[in-house]
Amino acid sequence: MSTNADRHPPDAVDRFAAAQGDDRRAAVRLGSKAGHEKRTEILFRDYADPDELRRLAGAIKQHALDHLDVYLPRAEAQLRAHGAQVHFAADAVEARDHVLAILRARGALGVVKSKSMVTEEIELGPFLARHGIESIETDLGEFIVQIDDDHPSHIVKPIIHKNRREIANSLERHGLGPYDDTPEVITRRARAFLRNKYLSADAGITGANFVSAESGRLVLVTNEGNSRFCLAATGCHIALVGIEKIVPRDRDLGVLLNVLARSATGQQLSVYTEFLRGPRAPGQVDGPEEMHVIFLDNGRTGVLASEYREILRCIRCGACLNVCPVYRQASGHAYRGVYSGPVGAVLSPLLAGSDFATLSDLPKASSLCGACNEVCPVDIPIPDLLLRLRDRAQRAGTTSVSADATPTVPPGAMTAWAEVATRPWAWKGALATGGLMNHLPQALRPKPLRVWGQNHVQAPWRGGAFRKWLAQRRRA
Amino acid sequence: MIDRSDDAARARFFARVSEAVGARPTKRPAPEYGDAIAFAREVATNGTAEAGARATASDSATAEERLARFRERLEAAHGRLFTDAGALISWLAAQGARHGYCDPVLAPVFAAALARPGAPSLTLETELERARIDDYRFGITRAAGAIAETGTIIIDDAHTSRRLAALAPWIHVAVFAPAQIHAHVADAIAALGDDPNVVWCTGPSKTADVEGILIEGVHGPGEQIALVV
Repeated sequence: MSTNADRHPPDAVDRFAAAQGDDRRAAVRLGSKAGHEKRTEILFRDYADPDELRRLAGAIKQHALDHLDVYLPRAEAQLRAHGAQVHFAADAVEARDHVLAILRARGALGVVKSKSMVTEEIELGPFLARHGIESIETDLGEFIVQIDDDHPSHIVKPIIHKNRREIANSLERHGLGPYDDTPEVITRRARAFLRNKYLSADAGITGANFVSAESGRLVLVTNEGNSRFCLAATGCHIALVGIEKIVPRDRDLGVLLNVLARSATGQQLSVYTEFLRGPRAPGQVDGPEEMHVIFLDNGRTGVLASEYREILRCIRCGACLNVCPVYRQASGHAYRGVYSGPVGAVLSPLLAGSDFATLSDLPKASSLCGACNEVCPVDIPIPDLLLRLRDRAQRAGTTSVSADATPTVPPGAMTAWAEVATRPWAWKGALATGGLMNHLPQALRPKPLRVWGQNHVQAPWRGGAFRKWLAQRRRA
Repeated sequence: MIDRSDDAARARFFARVSEAVGARPTKRPAPEYGDAIAFAREVATNGTAEAGARATASDSATAEERLARFRERLEAAHGRLFTDAGALISWLAAQGARHGYCDPVLAPVFAAALARPGAPSLTLETELERARIDDYRFGITRAAGAIAETGTIIIDDAHTSRRLAALAPWIHVAVFAPAQIHAHVADAIAALGDDPNVVWCTGPSKTADVEGILIEGVHGPGEQIALVV
């Protein structure tokens, strides 16, 4: 159980959003809105009923999850048969140890990484740095996050919160040339810098978007080509894969690739789709002579056994972030974890395990408008899951305030309210005197308000404003 | 090779998976969607006439129709298509790309085109040296094929002589025959074969990480060319 000190106030997400600069708020709002609109345009151009596609994609993923005990060993056997080494990690510690052992056996000093949520989840980069191994993020956005010592604020667009001026300053600080905020110059400079990193690295570390149980193939999707470079320039490939990435058959990949690209970036297919199985072919000069696949649990079997299992269908497209009115205002950092937005509000507290309480406020950061479910390419009932999690947080009494506050409406309060509201003289009196509340310290307020105020932000009393306005209007 | 401690860890891992799955009251059956291509067409043709035309166009039976479809989709993804080595050489020269790598198997084809009267002068190396990787303005390799539906070029270890040659130079030229063009994504998945590294390339490398502005040529090629001969 965590201590009170690391619990976040129940309005942590609101407070974070309020503290954002105007630039940052505008960047996140415009970036996510544009992503959502592009997705909608391409889906409805090609399909009259995109719902049919996403229901199928959801059914494929749920079927695979429900039969993971069959499909996971199948994928493992296929991978081994094609020359890959397969490892299993129960948690972040085991996963990091596997990576370190593989790198040490090869005497590796530097690795290049393509974007992977799982490696962020297990904090692999900082771990390798502590063990004297340089780990370079090669996705342009993730690279800038790394040199800024920042955190990604979006699953697909890690630097959605930064504008070009901030990025140009970062590159200048990092010695990648004098200030120039032209997006093309920024991209070319990163290209030149990272190219040397690929060619001198000892291993390439990637995640995987999907794994086919039928063939053991890992599928990796990028637009920049950075994961291709990680696998063309280095001699060792290490893939970290959450167990929820399994799909039954190769042909299911066609359906899922279709919905992933459309939902994430509004493309028919992402620029690069890689199908990987084993070390480079005989006769091929470039690429890994060694391939390792590390399957990671890290709390996933717990989620699979629970009433929140549907969240494991998630294919990390970011569509629910783009459409979410709370995400658009709050940005990714407010969710205080690797996974942000509606999916993060469900997944982060669940993967936190015994630290559930530290993130149990996240499911409240939602208006339950349902847009996240409507756009989800694998039809995850996110609003239902958020409600169940709110209930769990309440039942677990995970925050001291919520325990004291039960019941939220004190007995007798509604009767008193009815008395006041049905007698005009009492109502007028209450309006006139209520203003005193603004000047009373919390401790001197009536008990019901004190209790309520512990997990709510009390707005200033503005009673009587309408009557005053109306009276003035009549005089005029 | 699995050593004993790995074996025990694996057993514990799968015990947790089985327990989690066993806790399920009901399990979702495998969805039946019949033939993947038929499904894709059916979903698409439910839509507008334009979407219907789009979907059925990629069913095109003849190699010529598939090539035309491929060209349209490739160009939509900002790629370029040539059907003649001579025209490609002129285009490369016009870009100022006069030096690059060429798969040794393809070198005779290009040598013949370069020997034609009026052909520009280009130098082709049939070795790719990592230390001079930025000296190669273009890389010419073979490809495993293409997908008409999406304008995708397919490269793999068996056909593509060097992974780096298809990736590091600013211009990548993928060479394949019209008969190697698949109609649909589903066809290309069915034809994945046994290659350890199949890469589908749909247009040039790109990013929109900086303020959502599209920039081409991030880590991979800024120009993706198909030479279909």
